Formats: sequence, C-alpha cells, structure tokens
Amino acid sequence: MKPPPFQYYDPATVADAVGLLSRLENAKVLAGGQSLMPMLNMRYVLPDHIIDLNKIAALSYLREENGALVAGAMTRQRDLEFSDVVKSRYPLLHEAIMNVGHRQTRNRGTVGGSLCHLDPSAEIPTVAAAVDATVTVTGPKGNRDIPFAEFPAGFMSPAIDADELVVGVRFPAWPKGHGYGFVEFARRHGDFAITSAAALLEEDSNGKIKRVSLTIGGVTIAPVRMRNVEKALVGQIASEAVFKDACEECRKIDKAIADVHAPADYRQHLATVMSRRALVAAHNRIGGRA
Amino acid sequence: MSKTRKISVTINGKRYDEEVEVRYTLADFMRQQLGLTGTHLGCEHGVCGACTILFDGLSARSCLMLAVQADGHEILTVEGIAPSPDKLHPLQEAFRDNHGLQCGFCTPGMLTTLLEFLRDNPDPTEQEVRIAISGNLCRCTGYQGIVDAALDAAQRLKPQKEAP
Repeated sequence: MKPPPFQYYDPATVADAVGLLSRLENAKVLAGGQSLMPMLNMRYVLPDHIIDLNKIAALSYLREENGALVAGAMTRQRDLEFSDVVKSRYPLLHEAIMNVGHRQTRNRGTVGGSLCHLDPSAEIPTVAAAVDATVTVTGPKGNRDIPFAEFPAGFMSPAIDADELVVGVRFPAWPKGHGYGFVEFARRHGDFAITSAAALLEEDSNGKIKRVSLTIGGVTIAPVRMRNVEKALVGQIASEAVFKDACEECRKIDKAIADVHAPADYRQHLATVMSRRALVAAHNRIGGRA
Repeated sequence: MSKTRKISVTINGKRYDEEVEVRYTLADFMRQQLGLTGTHLGCEHGVCGACTILFDGLSARSCLMLAVQADGHEILTVEGIAPSPDKLHPLQEAFRDNHGLQCGFCTPGMLTTLLEFLRDNPDPTEQEVRIAISGNLCRCTGYQGIVDAALDAAQRLKPQKEAP
C-alpha cells in the first residue's frame, strides 16, 4: 500500500501553515500521522497537498496556566503520558491517555491531531467534553476559541473552516482531591473502544455529590455529556446503587451508532455499564483514597 | 514543487544522503531504496507493529511516517541492535534462548519495541511486558516465549555485580 501522489510542504511557522491552507485546494494537515497516514496508505483520502506541521516547534508545549492545562496542537500524546503535572492534577486525562493506542503510536500521535480527527471513540475528545475544554484555532482572520461542546460539527468533522488550524487546547482543572474514572470497552487492548465513559466527581464530607461530570464516547458521532445523569446525581449520597439507577438514562442516548462492531442498543447498554463503572471508580478515588 | 526531495538521515549510525519521493513512507524508503529489509511490513496501516523502529530513540511505526520527515533525524532498525556482526545483543540472545521467535516476521518490531521499553523500565513485571508488546502482533509464539525473553533480557541487561 502506498500513499497517492501529493505535493509536500513543511512550514516552520503557524502563519506559513495558515497561508498554505488558505491558498491550496484539497489540502490535508499532517500532525502525528497516526490516523492520516493509514488513510493515505489505504487511499481513503486523496489530497493534492500535504501540509506537515512537524517542523512548527511553537505548537509543541504543555503548561499550567490560570487553573488549566494548556497544550499545543503538536504536543505528543507521549508528553501527556509522562507529565507529572498531568498525572497529579489532571488524572482523568492521564488515565485516558493510557488507553490511546500503544507506546509506539503515542510517541508520534498529537493532542491536536486527535481532536481534529474526532473519531467518535477517541479518548482525548472524550476528556475534552468531560472538562469543558476550549479549543483555540487560528486562521486568516486571527485566533478564536471554540468551547468543546460546539467543536464537533458532524461525524469526524470539527467545526473549523478549511483555512483554519487548531493550535491548542485548554483543559480546565478540577479541585485537588476530586474523583475521576475513565473506562472503556474494546475487544482488544489498544483497539478503538466500542464505548467509553469518563467521570469526574466532587463530594462533600458526608459523601453527598456536589458536582459531577459524565461523558460517553463511542456511542454517538461525538462524545456526549450525560447532563440528565449529572442533574439526577447532584445532592444524592454517592453509592453504587445510586449510580446504577442514574446511569439507566444512558439507554436513551439519541442517535446511537450501529455498525459492524456493535448494534445501537448494545452500545446504549454498554453506556449504562461503562458510566456506572467510571462513576464508581471516581467515587473510590475521592481525596486520593484509592 | 517537485515530487522528490533530498534528505539526509542517519540509520544505525550510518549517514545516508538520498533523493526520495515525498509520498514514500519511511518503511518503503529503508527497504526499497536503501535495501535495509530487516524492518518488516505487515499491515502497512499502523496495527501490527512489525515495522517499529526507534526514531531519535523513541519507538514509532515506520509505515506511518514519510521518509521526508526523517530528514536530519536518527533511526535505529533491527540491523543496528547487535554490537557487532558476530555478537548478538543480550535482548536478541534472550529471544534465541527462550523461543521468542518462530517465523521471525514480527521479531524486528518486537526487538525495537522492547529495546525502548527495557531502557525506560529496566525491571518490569510480566504484566508491564505484556502491555509493552500489546502493539505488536505475533501469529506463531502465543507471546509466552516473547514475554519470557523480555523478562530474561531485563536480567541480562542489569549491571553485572562484582564476584565477592
């Protein structure tokens, strides 16, 4: 299998990359290559131009800023995996990253690439939905911030213009000692998840739920926040039974995907199970108790 | 803009200055243009792990990179693991002694993957080894021999204690 012929560009600055994007027709942006390269090898995509971002050093950074983790679009998944800050302050993201492919793919795969490819079961977009991340894009008219809830425009399609480029993402932190859980169901380790769930949890000293975030990946075209479950849980005393009851709501997820891997009702069923497991894990980890 | 580009890449310590088609994958470039056929191509879409190389010391799928992206970088392939033509690396010796290979197709990727893994984690558990090679498919061994070889190699690679 060989990629189809294309013209290759490797700009050194974001401005040059945006210039190329606005000028060229049928261009594709190459980040870590862990999704685009297989698609090229199999000729699922036939771009006339490839704009490689790997020379743009300014897009690779990871820092904490105003209570959030800020990552550049070309920051490797590996950098999140081995970051002490991510591990201690953004443990949901760390747990999710350990489910992204394998060491060999995380060494190359990027944060921005995963967000833009927007596979329905990809882990980084699921965490972005869970923490209400903000995606920063840049284009000929300058920068703009997109709340992650408005980022997916459709199946594997981010809501950005053809001449715009994702440059970074901001993951807001949850308070110290919050509970977290990321679980997924895949047929084999490292495979795309059929269904995943991400949970974040804050409880008061009596075990009453103060704040909760629950996101399901892999069931709909983009990760979906389970607002009804979150609403039902706030104010309740956390327990497995309470979580189980509330998660039944996941069976009603609208427009569940049906494909060769699983029918829609199976995905909805998995969503109830994965969400309960994620919430139980989050509860067990509150205050660092697990 | 041309369909080819001049690149300069160091593979197993040797520098290559080559003109390469921009759409060529790194794996095809090494195998077909340089004759370095030790790196194997199984699936060519990033699933089987046979083409794993070390790119600036980090494991990567060479079927998921373009050759032009290797310009100015250092690569290690299976051909560069042994210290000399008549001596195997301790990891290779451990594979030979533990039935870590049968047909040998997956072995180049297993070795490069484990070389990185054992460098970062010199004293792994069996579970950690299994996760480390989870991105490499083997259809012969059932993995047990490979896991044994990796654990054995970890012992062999430990600094030798002075005899009392």
